[in-house]
Amino acid sequence: MEFIQVEDMSHVYYPGQENEHAALKHINLRIKQGEFIAVLGTNGSGKSTLAKHFNALLLPTSGHCYIDGLDTLNTEELWQIRQQVGMVFQNPDNQIIAAVVEDDVAFGPENLGVPPKEIRQRVTESLQAVRMERYRKFAPHLLSGGQKQRIAIAGALAMHTKCLVFDEPTAMLDPIGRTEVLATVKRLHEEAGITIVYITHFMEEAAAADRVLVMDHGEIVEDDTPAKIFIKVDEMKRRGLDVPLAAEVAWRLRRNGIHLPQDILTNEDLVVALCR
Amino acid sequence: MPIEIENVTYTYMPLTPFERTALRNVSLTIEEGSFTAIAGHTGSGKSTLVQHLNGLLHPTTGRVMVDGADLAAKGKAAKNARCCVGMVFQYPEHQLFEETVAADIAFGPKNMELAEDEIDKRVRDAMEFVDLDYEKYHSVSPFQLSGGQMRRVAIAGVVALKPKYLVLDEPTAGLDPQGRERLLKKIVQLHKKEKVTIVFVSHNMDDIARVADQVVFMNQGEMILKDIPQRAFFEEEKLQAAGLSAPQLVKLLKGLRANGLDVETAAFTVEKGVENILAALRRKRNAD
Repeated sequence: MEFIQVEDMSHVYYPGQENEHAALKHINLRIKQGEFIAVLGTNGSGKSTLAKHFNALLLPTSGHCYIDGLDTLNTEELWQIRQQVGMVFQNPDNQIIAAVVEDDVAFGPENLGVPPKEIRQRVTESLQAVRMERYRKFAPHLLSGGQKQRIAIAGALAMHTKCLVFDEPTAMLDPIGRTEVLATVKRLHEEAGITIVYITHFMEEAAAADRVLVMDHGEIVEDDTPAKIFIKVDEMKRRGLDVPLAAEVAWRLRRNGIHLPQDILTNEDLVVALCR
Repeated sequence: MPIEIENVTYTYMPLTPFERTALRNVSLTIEEGSFTAIAGHTGSGKSTLVQHLNGLLHPTTGRVMVDGADLAAKGKAAKNARCCVGMVFQYPEHQLFEETVAADIAFGPKNMELAEDEIDKRVRDAMEFVDLDYEKYHSVSPFQLSGGQMRRVAIAGVVALKPKYLVLDEPTAGLDPQGRERLLKKIVQLHKKEKVTIVFVSHNMDDIARVADQVVFMNQGEMILKDIPQRAFFEEEKLQAAGLSAPQLVKLLKGLRANGLDVETAAFTVEKGVENILAALRRKRNAD
């Protein structure tokens, strides 16, 4: 069984009520340990609902969601599931609870009853992993948005989580903060082998993933590599989405008879292709 | 008449250990009918600055004049002046509170003590403006809507006040690409058709480049640049100092240029960028 395995899973909000809403419809999905997956979709397409199933914040109304072989419907295993999958949300200010950075990072392992000596070690390691060690005694409200998001990530890492789920972690950040967070995510993926599920509205960020899922009205309508997804410019726009700028420019140039490779995603790709 | 920000300095919690100067000697004129974009990293003073524009904050020193009235003054003129500046905060949907969409949008106009039928007309017009069908949504609870729809209700609530000046703080953050595009178009429409003066705070340089006619960069409480986008985004040093970067498209064209393709880098729309690249490729072919 894969690390995340979703079988015929549906989620209906307010079942049986007037405002009943099927947010997920018969989803099947397998995510391997160590994969970096980006999830795209318009507001209301079911991305966040899907992500919240990965650490059992939401439970399937039908079908199953298995995390490392554990069924989220089995309430006895909830703690174990939540330790393995950490979540980072959009607003950094809503996720930080302590008055000092290191206390905030220690909050998770403290609740797990980890011995103090080990907590200290985990806090150090986690802050190192997000390159925020020198801020360990800082008050979080003095940090920038990108730094706060990295503290939130460190908090999840201190739980020895194997998988991080990000729900638009850069939506509220300035360009520098965005770059910082994405670089941290890439590094955790490449160096620590953490499984990443990354929801975003920024197509440039999705291009950094190994695999991209596109959601539409509660279904996964595309599941492929970024290059194969972002070549379908018309289709992406029709779905209310977009493609990275370089991919769009390349697409328009091709339509004007310029021969270019099919896998242009970044500015660098296009520069190489046009200036070689 | 314009909004005039004259030598404004603002200090948070003066004379305490937490004293912090968030704005230093900022002077800026926002001409009637202009579209001004303000950019800068988190903590650069952008939000502090825009909160001065309708008197939410008053300068520690200096003054803000709207249509000739000092916002910090007492009396009717200052009150009227504050009322003609509408403000859409970041994540305005968090401020929705009424039971129905129509009631939420009507809240501002009601406080202006307008007549019932005028309020009703403004609610309908504002909903039409943000593309929310009146019949379908007026009696729905705003909390049952999607994020993008809630944002539009919140913006409709400000539009219904018919402000002469409209300040929007990161109005597109968190919206999907289509939602962002639609909202931007609406703002541009408000500017062009209704002649509303717009002040637009954003982290998205590509958006700023496309819509603004004046760009302001803030850094550490100071205004370090004020210029038209065609020049502002080519001020490498100032961009870097402000922790900003040029629009993606400009970066792409500069990258091409740095690698030997003789392409014109001033382009703020994809169409124009592609046109410039094609022209450069033709020149290159002819030269070969």
